[in-house]
Amino acid sequence: MRLQTSLLAFAAVAATAGSAAAQTEIEFWHAFTGRLGELVAEQVETFNASQSDYVVVASHKGNYSETLNAGIAAFRAGEQPDILMVFEVGTATMMAAKGAIKPVFEVMADAGADFDQDAFIGSVKGYYTSSDGQMLSLPFNSSTPVLWVNRTALEAAGIDPDTDLSTWQKVGETLDALKAAGSECPLTTAWQSWIHLENLSAYHNVPFATKDNGFSGTDTELALNGPVQVQHIAQMGEWAKDGKFIYAGRRNEGGANFRAGECALFTESSAGYAGIKAEAEFDFEVRPLPYWEGVEGAPQNTIIGGASLWVMEGQSDEEYKGVAEFLKFLSSVDIQAKWHQDTGYLPITTAAGEKTKEMGFYDENPGTDVAVIQMTAKEPTANSKGLRLGSFDQIRTLIDEELEGVWAGDKTAQEALDSAVERGNVLLRRFEQSAQ
Amino acid sequence: MEKRVTFKGIWLPLLLVLPQMLITAVFFFYPAGQAVWQSLFIPDPFGLSMQWVGLGNFEYLLSDPYYRASFATTAVFSILVTVVSMGVALYLAVLADRLIKGSGTYRTLLIWPYAVAPAVAGVLWLFMFNTRVGVVTWYLGQLGYDWNHVLNEGEAMGLVVVASSWGRVSYNFLFFLAGLQAIPKSVIEAAAIDGARFWMRFRTIVFPLLSPTTFFLLVVNIVYAFFETFGVIHTITSGGPQQATTILVYKVYADGFVGQDLGSSAAQSVILLLIVSVLTIVQFKFIERRVHY
Repeated sequence: MRLQTSLLAFAAVAATAGSAAAQTEIEFWHAFTGRLGELVAEQVETFNASQSDYVVVASHKGNYSETLNAGIAAFRAGEQPDILMVFEVGTATMMAAKGAIKPVFEVMADAGADFDQDAFIGSVKGYYTSSDGQMLSLPFNSSTPVLWVNRTALEAAGIDPDTDLSTWQKVGETLDALKAAGSECPLTTAWQSWIHLENLSAYHNVPFATKDNGFSGTDTELALNGPVQVQHIAQMGEWAKDGKFIYAGRRNEGGANFRAGECALFTESSAGYAGIKAEAEFDFEVRPLPYWEGVEGAPQNTIIGGASLWVMEGQSDEEYKGVAEFLKFLSSVDIQAKWHQDTGYLPITTAAGEKTKEMGFYDENPGTDVAVIQMTAKEPTANSKGLRLGSFDQIRTLIDEELEGVWAGDKTAQEALDSAVERGNVLLRRFEQSAQ
Repeated sequence: MEKRVTFKGIWLPLLLVLPQMLITAVFFFYPAGQAVWQSLFIPDPFGLSMQWVGLGNFEYLLSDPYYRASFATTAVFSILVTVVSMGVALYLAVLADRLIKGSGTYRTLLIWPYAVAPAVAGVLWLFMFNTRVGVVTWYLGQLGYDWNHVLNEGEAMGLVVVASSWGRVSYNFLFFLAGLQAIPKSVIEAAAIDGARFWMRFRTIVFPLLSPTTFFLLVVNIVYAFFETFGVIHTITSGGPQQATTILVYKVYADGFVGQDLGSSAAQSVILLLIVSVLTIVQFKFIERRVHY
């Protein structure tokens, strides 16, 4: 009896081992939970069902920072996954880790996969390509900041909800009117460094950092204390003092206030769409991010936030073939168009954007194409291709600290941004040293 | 005459302390040694290369005025957390000790918060004091007070102190209550017969007899405030506004686990380790003299 059971067990184990050997397993670590987690699982299932050579196993490893940490710890232990999701601020860290990562263009070439880098939207791809234009990681979820408008709140304040909000000058007039009408939260924001400094710089075609924002070398220095940035932050500081700009926190805390209908205007990622659509009980609208009229070259294009997929070094050729297949699948038109429509993230290929348009999605959901247009209206310049700075997470934190000094009225915009540059440069020098 | 229990030979006592020594070696000496070693390098996050910098990481840290400022922040925070959590716990323990009916229920309720993880406690307090939807914020608003810990440094510090002390009160309460109940009733009754009022009895008899417990809790709470509070800081303020709540241990976490700067993070741990060792030695040398066992 006992012998029989163990024989059966052995047979069962042998059988599963046999079937597993036939399929190569691809490990994929990501940072998505909730609805986004479900959508990723769906993509993986579709891929697994579409062919029989490879099985992608997706695992959730915590938030962005935790996923990156898990990947790093696993690499140190020699247990790294095939594919790791890394948020955009971790890009320089990954790039500097030669010997830990295998660039996507190489993976594709080695696998002999038919892979056209030109199919990707320039301003999305640009963030993740080397200075000679080779794709290092595959953009996965990308968004860009836009202006969210609570039309009901504008009407309640006696303002025409269709009023022009394309420039910060016009926004300023609207904020005055809102304040005069008794609004307690005329404007709030999420991700202040990303929107009001990083994107502000790209959008006005001024550098955020030297050396093409870090793209042409780790010996880059911050340049975010230029006149355009100082003037913008000074104006935001004025608005904060007058109660026209309400600061809610370093991340997207302001989203709760906007979705609850308390705030009239809100600068936030285009990917805020799903949440706002689900919760807002008022008439809302997406507008392009405002720019300062009179700044030469504005509006240029905005840059992205989000994450990309990095392929880790040290796997078998067979696995890399599978990885190439999977990445090709993820960037295929149908999958991308669906992802874009489901999540509010940008389509990463031009074809996926066009397909969404043909399907009539933008007509049914007005404003969902604002982000796409804003990103693609102009060919990116050296100032608007993206940012590649080491220790960027820490730099963002110190920018947050300095901006809080301005919002609280403790520092002038010039003092705060000068201090941010000085402190940030110290971190950049340390990173340069560690990356040697 | 002092009574001493002695072992014959040294093998049995060695064997008996061995498990403790092993645990200390594996979970304390080894990681601490690693931290000291790593603090002398600038490694890249993936462990692909390491650059010897000697004391460069320490020089880098100590020349940073923001890092030096976080020593003062840490001192204020640790003192407040220790005083608040021990003060409230002692007060509650004295009250619970005098209870005759229903003391079990009170005690259980008071011990409960200890079971809540620091990060969860942080989230609970954050919700109550949320600047837009928090219950407490709303009531304060009714009273005409505009609560905004997102920009007000003092309020932010107050909030993280309260949130860090809250769970700790339970732990301290437990020890104080046990300490109080160990004081012989006859001593207190004798004092009462002699005409000593409650406050007099507390000051001259109860508190001195409680001093071993108080001393133990002082050491343990300072260590807690220095090392275990980063979860609360992380969930409530992330060290802000500006750097108002960036305490040393939070910076270790932020630079190491978020910033991937392992060299600096290791050097910071070593500095923290030194501070707490010195503090503990000072406490044992100077305060313990005043403790009556």
